[in-house]
Amino acid sequence: MVLSTHAIAGRVLCPGSGQGPLLKLSAPLSFWGGVDPATGRIILDHHPERGLSIAGTVLAFEKPIGSSSSSSVLLELIHNGAAPAAILLGDLDAILIVGCLVAKELGLSAPPVLYIEEAHFSKLTGKWASVDNGAITIGCSLAPITSI
Amino acid sequence: MRLTSEEREIAAGAQGPARAMAMRIVAEAGSLLGADCLIPIHSAHIDGCLYHGDSGVLFAERLVEQGGRVAVPSTLNVGALDLLHPNRVKLDSHRRTMALRLMRAYEALGCKPTWTCSPYQAGHRPPLGVDVAWGESNAVAFCNSVLGARTNRYGDFLDIACAIIGRAPRYGLHLPENRRAILLIDTTRLSERLRSLDAFWPVLGAWIGRTAGNRVVAVNGLQQFATEDRMKALGAAAASFGAVGLFHIIGVTPEAGTTDDAFVGLPPEETVVLTPDMVRTARSWLGTASGETVDAVAVGSPHLSYDEMATIADLLAGRRVTLPFYAHTGRHVVRQLEASGRLREIEAAGVTIVTDTCIVVTPILPGNSGVLLTNSGKFANYAPGNTGWYVVYGSLKECIETAVRGKLVRNEELWS
Repeated sequence: MVLSTHAIAGRVLCPGSGQGPLLKLSAPLSFWGGVDPATGRIILDHHPERGLSIAGTVLAFEKPIGSSSSSSVLLELIHNGAAPAAILLGDLDAILIVGCLVAKELGLSAPPVLYIEEAHFSKLTGKWASVDNGAITIGCSLAPITSI
Repeated sequence: MRLTSEEREIAAGAQGPARAMAMRIVAEAGSLLGADCLIPIHSAHIDGCLYHGDSGVLFAERLVEQGGRVAVPSTLNVGALDLLHPNRVKLDSHRRTMALRLMRAYEALGCKPTWTCSPYQAGHRPPLGVDVAWGESNAVAFCNSVLGARTNRYGDFLDIACAIIGRAPRYGLHLPENRRAILLIDTTRLSERLRSLDAFWPVLGAWIGRTAGNRVVAVNGLQQFATEDRMKALGAAAASFGAVGLFHIIGVTPEAGTTDDAFVGLPPEETVVLTPDMVRTARSWLGTASGETVDAVAVGSPHLSYDEMATIADLLAGRRVTLPFYAHTGRHVVRQLEASGRLREIEAAGVTIVTDTCIVVTPILPGNSGVLLTNSGKFANYAPGNTGWYVVYGSLKECIETAVRGKLVRNEELWS
């Protein structure tokens, strides 16, 4: 049962829909060097979310940083079925978007990517999120959102 | 995004399927990033040749099968294999085969097999003010900052796509208004001894990376201390700890002759005065190990220049290392070292020279864990996650003395 939900609008960088547990990173992360491309596990030492997996999550990601190899890591996560269900970015970053564009050129299904303005990023609090094109619905219980 | 009629025809397949796919990727990425049009590029540096899994090989071989060919001079970043020393890398046979297929595919697209993350020291130095499309975060920072050529941080795939069509989206650091400094970092309160220490520069880079994010910084107080290799080390750390694509060193880098040049006459939005405490804090980010044990030493991220390799030979001064010591460089430097006779000297000291790749991108280090001493901010940042090793950060001299004596040698006074 969904106790409460709220909605946030984002700008579509890569269209699609997806839902999963909301994983909001509390520190910047480079996919390359930060995420295991086979499993989606966060491997960066010192990272507050080290050990968690981004696979199947709605990954909220205020600051993508670091390596330009992160496009490859995202493509490989998609190829291995270990990609996030959706990605919410707080910064316009070409590196992750290109991973999704190439996945589509290769006939793979890429997770939606949305850009969230800084002012709205703090509203991303909850346990579960659903992304459908530009609309994000956040649920407070750890279960799929069945109604809005 | 306005595409010309020729660009639209390319996207529709008029010049073959590879150029069509490349044009679609560049145009779509550019449009999402807010570019208004595409601009011609002078060269490219391609980071996509490093094996991360089979999907990247599928993409590169698709381009080759479809007749893809780079339209501008393009150098290649590191791969997952050391082609000059095949036994260095311990990949299983599937990964080894796929990593080699990937490297060969990028060569087949017409890229130069430079296999280095320091292409700017392998003869690839675009002039001030030209537009290029470079990948590899340290190379991007160097290209923008030290050379003054203009590139965004092109990720894997977008780099080769730009190279194939010879164009890049016009946005970000291609636009002069985005190249001006926003944040002023004042280092004049730090001692001259600290600023003249090679090991200070990656620490400053790490601090800039964490603090600046992707804001353009200008640093003052470094005019008499900046060298090309120090700026390379700073940029590599700043780009891996943050998203720094451009920094200015006032009085040194080409777009920052004066503070006014760097800030285009506007006041800095923020000024930070660096203190020795802040430097010590940033230095602590570069280490994960405590204690006196060191199991191996690695230097050379980015790949060492000829001068840096010669310094290693000078510091060794005929002594042998007793710990595994990995020195990473490009084949362009190995050729020079061979010609000058210093290669034999370095190898005779027991140093393992790694070319074409490095320890944080492919399995080279012995075993799954240990303590690694390095003078590279980038190795210090990536080694724990990518190799499972703990790291200790030190100067090149500390790296050499530790490797020779077999136990950690540090000089804490340097940081006071």
